[in-house]
Amino acid sequence: MRNVNLTTPALRAHKPSGTGSNMGTKSGRAIVMGAVLLGPILLSGCIKLEAPTEPIVIELNINITQEVIYRLAEDAGNTLDENADIF
Amino acid sequence: MMTKSAKNRIWLASGAAALLGLGLVAGPALAQRDPAYAAARSSGQVGEKMDGYLGVVGTGNAQLRAMVDDINIRRRAVYAEQAQAKGATLEEYAFTAGCLAISRTEPGEMYVAYSTGQWTARTGSSPDRDPRCP
Repeated sequence: MRNVNLTTPALRAHKPSGTGSNMGTKSGRAIVMGAVLLGPILLSGCIKLEAPTEPIVIELNINITQEVIYRLAEDAGNTLDENADIF
Repeated sequence: MMTKSAKNRIWLASGAAALLGLGLVAGPALAQRDPAYAAARSSGQVGEKMDGYLGVVGTGNAQLRAMVDDINIRRRAVYAEQAQAKGATLEEYAFTAGCLAISRTEPGEMYVAYSTGQWTARTGSSPDRDPRCP
């Protein structure tokens, strides 16, 4: 049970790097390997900020009804006019 | 001889004019886009997204991203205030504003097209918007 818990995070860190051969090794070595591999993964993650954000936003917008949009349209138009510096 | 109220009016008018001249009073004249923002828009480096916020087209650079973040924080504050006043959610208000902001793009400016979800340059014809947009 304890081994499973310890290796689970290490396995996830291995996966994106494409080295699946270390699966199931001793937990101590797996943690060290995981830490070594995690560094570059965290660093490269900084570059890929944009791609995942947009689909999430679109999914949230599904709940917005046309009725609500029409009700808000006039006020939103005024908001755009009154804040011309940021629109 | 001037009456007292006439003198007061002149005094108030000149005082207000002086304040406006110094830029201390926010007059009805509305602030325009910062030149850097205006340039980024017209060159297609930034564009309007469907959610009501500005986006960086492509990878951009740190300066561009900082500018977009700043504008979006200010937009969000305005959306939140207006949404509350109209009894709507922030997302509903922002989305509505996004519809209008995309409508108001000038030819050559970028926006996210509804049917493709991709950055698209505005042409002379009407933009490809969400069918719910007014």
